[in-house]
Amino acid sequence: MRREIPLLITGIVGVVFVIQYFIPHWPFNRMNAWFSDWFSIVQACAIWLGALNLIKISIQKIAKKKKDWIYSVVILVFFLLITILGFAEGEEFREPGTGFTWLYEFVYTPLSSTMFAILAFFVASASYRAFRARNLEATLLLAAAFFVMLGRVPIGDVISGFMPQGAQLSNLATWIMTFPQTAGQRAIMIGIALGIVSTSLRIILGIERSHLGGGD
Amino acid sequence: MEHFAIWVAAFLTMGIISFLYKDNAWYKLSEAIFVGISAGYWFVTLFWDNIYGKFWVGRGDDAMLYIGAFLGLLMLMRLVPKVGWISRWPLAFIVGATAGFYLINYFSSNVMRQVEDTIMPLLGTDYSATTYDMIGNIVIAVGTFSGLVYFFFSKEHKGVFGGTAKVGIFFLMITFGASFGYTVMSRMSLLIGRLDFLFGDWLGMIK
Repeated sequence: MRREIPLLITGIVGVVFVIQYFIPHWPFNRMNAWFSDWFSIVQACAIWLGALNLIKISIQKIAKKKKDWIYSVVILVFFLLITILGFAEGEEFREPGTGFTWLYEFVYTPLSSTMFAILAFFVASASYRAFRARNLEATLLLAAAFFVMLGRVPIGDVISGFMPQGAQLSNLATWIMTFPQTAGQRAIMIGIALGIVSTSLRIILGIERSHLGGGD
Repeated sequence: MEHFAIWVAAFLTMGIISFLYKDNAWYKLSEAIFVGISAGYWFVTLFWDNIYGKFWVGRGDDAMLYIGAFLGLLMLMRLVPKVGWISRWPLAFIVGATAGFYLINYFSSNVMRQVEDTIMPLLGTDYSATTYDMIGNIVIAVGTFSGLVYFFFSKEHKGVFGGTAKVGIFFLMITFGASFGYTVMSRMSLLIGRLDFLFGDWLGMIK
């Protein structure tokens, strides 16, 4: 029962989503609308589960005074702060001037953008180690990255200013991005899509069951 | 309040940047704040958008919505070890819905449409293609085909097939290099944004 019912649910829901694409009429259109609603409700609950699990783990860490437990206190305090503000401010919680918006603008946004910004340093250091023109393939990788990076900044055109317009670095970067890059990207995209299609089919037919975990 | 807000944002920005020196208390504090705020942000936003929006503002009278609520409740049962197994039901629903949705949509948009856009008339549909367009279209067709040949592992990469796969590798290398360069530039742009904030909004050195 613990495996059969989930398999049945997966199969029925998957088949309905496939059929409604070809027959967008009653009852499949109605079922599609219900399933889409349920999907967003379950999605919200899944995020809640993650957040509640974070609280649970943080409390356990604080209770056992594990290493760096003080940061778990910070996590809890800020989680509660934004949650209480978000619920207390009602439907208009995202309006300018609310506490929730203040936390979003001056705490969340700087933190998230800086997190991604410092990746520039790690990417640069990784590329220094990885980018060695050992063979033709590695040289192509290096050259493409070099031209795209240089072509995206003003100095690229200053350096290549003496060349014909079509060969200037900004145009070369655009050509690389538009044609060879698109070709490779398309091959990868088609390959991934075929993989997704076959995996989805295996899931719907119940051949692939890893999402149900172990046990009975 | 405006000044205080800018100081808070600058303090947190510097905290994250301090990781470049080494893992330290300032970074850990900023990271913990980020984790707590992110979790709370999604907790609140999804309540108002997905739950409140459907049950109070939307079609709250539709009884079928309560099945979704029931499934959501089952998902939360994961937190109770004894009945945690029941969370497989909503998980199965999510996996089934995603599989059904992707099966058709990925095939339609990422396979059929991409193939359609790859096999273009050499001279254009109205014979208006320039030499630049023609070369570009040939590059795309050859690159896509050879790239796909490289991904076909059911046949040994030897002879003409192996040669085509080799051309595919060249295209894939250019793709990875270009994508890498593009990613670096986007990260750089974010970094410039943060430095602009620090030196402009906070320190007032950039007017």
